[in-house]
Amino acid sequence: MEKITLASQLLQYLITGLTVGSVYAMVAVGFNIIYNVTEIINFAQGEFVMLGGLIMVFLHVAMGLPLILAFPATIVLVTVIGILIDRLAIRHIRHPSVFTLIIATIAVSIIIKGMASFIWGKDPFDLPAFSGRNPINILGAVIQPQYFWVIGFLVIAAIALSIFFDRTIIGKAMSACADNADAASLVGINVKQMVLLSFALSAAIGAVAGITITPISLMEYDRGAMLAVKGFGAAVLGGLGSFPGAILGGLIIGSIESFGAGLIHSGYKDAFALIVLLIILFFKPSGLLGSTEISRIKRF
Amino acid sequence: MLRIAKLPIAIFALFIIVFPWIARQIPAIGNYTDIMVFVGIYCLITIGLSLLMGYAGQISIGHAAFFGIGAYISGVLTAKYGMNAWACMVIGMTVAAVVAALVGAPSLKLKGHYLAMATLAFGIIVFIIFNEEIEWTGGPDGMSGIPGLSIFGFEFDSVERYYYLVWGFVLAAFVFTVNVIQSGTGRALRAIHASEPAASAMGVNVSRFKILVFVYSAVLASLAGSFYAHYLNFINPSTFDLFFSIKLLIMIALGGMHSIWGAIMGTGLITFLSYEWLRYFEEFEIIVYGVILLFVTVLLPDGLAGVPKIVKGWFRRKVSDER
Repeated sequence: MEKITLASQLLQYLITGLTVGSVYAMVAVGFNIIYNVTEIINFAQGEFVMLGGLIMVFLHVAMGLPLILAFPATIVLVTVIGILIDRLAIRHIRHPSVFTLIIATIAVSIIIKGMASFIWGKDPFDLPAFSGRNPINILGAVIQPQYFWVIGFLVIAAIALSIFFDRTIIGKAMSACADNADAASLVGINVKQMVLLSFALSAAIGAVAGITITPISLMEYDRGAMLAVKGFGAAVLGGLGSFPGAILGGLIIGSIESFGAGLIHSGYKDAFALIVLLIILFFKPSGLLGSTEISRIKRF
Repeated sequence: MLRIAKLPIAIFALFIIVFPWIARQIPAIGNYTDIMVFVGIYCLITIGLSLLMGYAGQISIGHAAFFGIGAYISGVLTAKYGMNAWACMVIGMTVAAVVAALVGAPSLKLKGHYLAMATLAFGIIVFIIFNEEIEWTGGPDGMSGIPGLSIFGFEFDSVERYYYLVWGFVLAAFVFTVNVIQSGTGRALRAIHASEPAASAMGVNVSRFKILVFVYSAVLASLAGSFYAHYLNFINPSTFDLFFSIKLLIMIALGGMHSIWGAIMGTGLITFLSYEWLRYFEEFEIIVYGVILLFVTVLLPDGLAGVPKIVKGWFRRKVSDER
């Protein structure tokens, strides 16, 4: 066993931080997808991650479905739940204001959490790592192979989404709703369908985050709220509405959390991300990559 | 609701005064006085919150933190340092006011509901502090040995005595808040809720008013926390978690955002639900709360306080149909 040097320890913190940060980044991207189309801050965003993890455990471990089938099946199921949230709750609010929408998504999130505790109980669940648990040694840092899966899926999701929004008609239609919903509906875009699609997409990416992180950090029913707050912190840090910002914000928040827990105080691990969120809200609410101009038009 | 009639307040006060006597006569509701003490404590928080949410149009998802600040300052200073309980209450309220101003001032200057997110993060941070500063707070196990309240040798040592003490403060806060709503300040707050740019064009200092209301609601929550600590003689962090903040939100949404009466109704209903009627559901009560909150948001945007109006409109339509 070689000696643990400070440098290797720092590298360890960095890689752990980037991995956790990838999950926050995916949650933040999920926030942005819905926010861009609807100006809703979906407080239930973290529940998609929780559901992704737990449904995957159910399909893969309990039902014995192979990984290659359980993975897409989980994404589909969580996506359906995302669609149901829009169809059953959000769409029926008669006078949607930012105020009522916040409260509605909070309601949805505690209903989902309650159901999850009903179905899965309160214990955390483990999921086998995708490619084993033999740690890889890089410059003295010990790294689980699963870490690469998490970071890899963030990259895949980012590429897929940027192709979707820049190259496809539907993606461009969604971007149009983001710019101006009234104008979008004037040129024949079905805004309601775009809202539905935004919930579906956002649920899907949440599910991916949940599936990939569960082998590392386990998953239990009440993980959603904290993931949502941290993901929101990442979204605000990067600039609400900006996809590159969300990814950057997520990676930064994950790293701050990992270094903070390692070097300062592990008990306050969860507080670091929130303190960053407060600082950003107070001093630069438009975020690192957000534009002040856009934030002036938006209601939130 | 511009005018708040004096008669309902008098009737309500009378009801509060005779309630313990009624509860004593009927064995089935004998423990309701005890629950009503908690209703009173929570009402202190929701009265302030309803001013913030219903009149100033801002959401706070972190008031459990101010409730906890009051409870822990009272608890730690009286149990560990033997300080005077009433002085500690004032210290708690002062600290809550300063913290609220520090958290609220920057986020309330921003547009929209940044306060919701800032208070959410703030609430969780305070919750973590309660858990981690074991030396002072006892950590997750909580702290016991908090003394009861007394004044000039008169001990508030029975449920009924404490009931009258708490409800005395609730009525005072209620009357004060109603006066605020009916004053120029109340008009300014409603103007802010309706349209911030319009209000500020009329010369209303929007952010100052919002900060004031936020601080006021935090002070009331801290006071409630002190009463809570001295009543139970024991506190632990889980009382002051995110879910409690959400529960406060449910109380106000259920009663009706724009009515201070609604806040009291909602608080009473939710408190009785969680202390008495939903005990069978145990852990799953959270689903019931979620359904209530969603139901109210979608179908009753004005909460229970808006029901009479809906019924009236429904009757009117029916009558005009028959003609």
